[in-house]
Amino acid sequence: MNLLKRVLGIIWIFLGPVVLFWLIRTGAAEIAKNPAANTKIQWSVFIVIFIPIVIGLVLFGYYSLKGEYDDGK
Amino acid sequence: MSSTSIAPAKDIRKIIIASSVGTLIEWYDFYIFGSLATVIAGQFFPKTNPTAALLSTLATFAAGFVVRPFGALVFGRLGDLIGRKYTFLLTLILMGGSTFAIGLVPGYESIGFLAPLLVLLLRLVQGLALGGEYGGAATYVAEHSPGHRRGFYTSWIQATATVGLFVSLGIILVTRHVLDPDTAKSIEKFNSWGWRIPFLVSILLVAISVYIRLKMQESPLFQQLKTEGRLSTNPLKESFGHKANLKVVLLALFGATMGQGVVFYTSQFYAQSFLETVCKIDFDQAKTMLLFAILLATPFFVVFGGWSDRVGRKWIMMAGMLLAIATYPFLFRQLLSISGTEGRTALNDQKEIRTSVSFIANSRDLIRTSSTLLHYDGGLLITETQKDTVYASGKAAAKPAVTTSRTLGDSDYWKMVGILFLMVLYVTMVYGPIAAFLVELFPTRIRYTSMSLPYHIGNGIFGGMTPFIATLLTTLTTGNKLVGLWYPIAVTGICLIIGALYIPSKPRELGA
Repeated sequence: MNLLKRVLGIIWIFLGPVVLFWLIRTGAAEIAKNPAANTKIQWSVFIVIFIPIVIGLVLFGYYSLKGEYDDGK
Repeated sequence: MSSTSIAPAKDIRKIIIASSVGTLIEWYDFYIFGSLATVIAGQFFPKTNPTAALLSTLATFAAGFVVRPFGALVFGRLGDLIGRKYTFLLTLILMGGSTFAIGLVPGYESIGFLAPLLVLLLRLVQGLALGGEYGGAATYVAEHSPGHRRGFYTSWIQATATVGLFVSLGIILVTRHVLDPDTAKSIEKFNSWGWRIPFLVSILLVAISVYIRLKMQESPLFQQLKTEGRLSTNPLKESFGHKANLKVVLLALFGATMGQGVVFYTSQFYAQSFLETVCKIDFDQAKTMLLFAILLATPFFVVFGGWSDRVGRKWIMMAGMLLAIATYPFLFRQLLSISGTEGRTALNDQKEIRTSVSFIANSRDLIRTSSTLLHYDGGLLITETQKDTVYASGKAAAKPAVTTSRTLGDSDYWKMVGILFLMVLYVTMVYGPIAAFLVELFPTRIRYTSMSLPYHIGNGIFGGMTPFIATLLTTLTTGNKLVGLWYPIAVTGICLIIGALYIPSKPRELGA
């Protein structure tokens, strides 16, 4: 189980930037499609609030990889 | 848990009532704004004014997403520094005061740009207050409860979010129908000024709750730490600056509250929006169906909360997430199917066309309304309403606005109530035990701060974004009406994997 948690840690580390990339790419496409101030605000809020969450997910993955969540720890 | 912290059974009832009533009122206050968003937009945020429309977006996004976690930080810190009692008393006053004030703000037509600005500011205060309330109430009740009943006692706090939604929908529905004996006129009056009543009513509820809360004592565990001089001097730093606690905060977020928040919002809000915008169910029917589902499912918050004291918190929450992921596509497909015409016979002999005209005030132009009522077997009635303007000058009319509304027969109505009940039941599974789960993760000295942030990121951001992302997915992938479910399924799936693998199964005792 501990090995599985550590391996999954790598997935969480990569998942964070992938989600952020998808958000930025989709946001840019949506703003290009409808360049109104409302669209810009919505997507800016999405991306800005997701940055610390993505950092948190990467950190969670790092702790997981380092065995911080191992049983008995 | 020390024996000094356990309140006698009679006292714990008072503690639960005082805490739950206040939290329920806060949820009520928060939801009425969301439930009346369309009416409020017409009063304060006219689409013709781009600045007002921008403020409308900010009011929705800023208060729902950004401000709640900030409220968690601000009031969580305060609760760990000065105590639970005064902090969640403050959040209640802020919430009640701002809700009442929204009901008093003159419309855009009276004071112009100041109106949407004031509403935005008051909505931000609401978001901040909500961010601080929940952690305080959950912590306060948990710190009075014996370990073997903590899940049961805190589940009453958990039920308040759903009951708050129930009360807000109920008051809105009643107010919409009692302002005039003629339903159409009553709704017209409600949209004009009656919408303020649910906001103004809040002050009475808050006054009662403040009176009750003022009589409460400080949490015994907090009081003990204070007497011993062991309170945290910097709860934010201790909560998020130390790896030992930060890793637990991250686990609480990604392994529990993220999935819980998404299940909560999908079952109670996205389902409601799906009924109204995709299935085109009549407004009153959609709301009453949800009311029945909530009414039937609410006792299960306490059932699952109490059960978690015996079998552990984790697997009940994980089972709720698993059931949600496994059945959402089927359940939402059923909602579509029940409201659809496929397999039904049109009763053409009962087809009706109703046309009416009315003058636009201070004008010779007319509004022409034409409704076509199509009856199907099983009691389904589809009403297509077309509205267009007839200009006295002979000017060509713009493209008419067409709206569709479906009213279900009794059997289909109750089938939908059953489906919604199942969805709300999943909410009770993931949400009933979570307060006890969260308070047990963190020590008393930083509990309010540490548990509030993951809760409000999970609910405010991951959960609150559900309707927006689901709608966005629908626009990105046209043709599949269920594509909006990918977001809740993906987020809940990740949360389920993390929760099942990483969260320890055994409940913990409350440490200092």
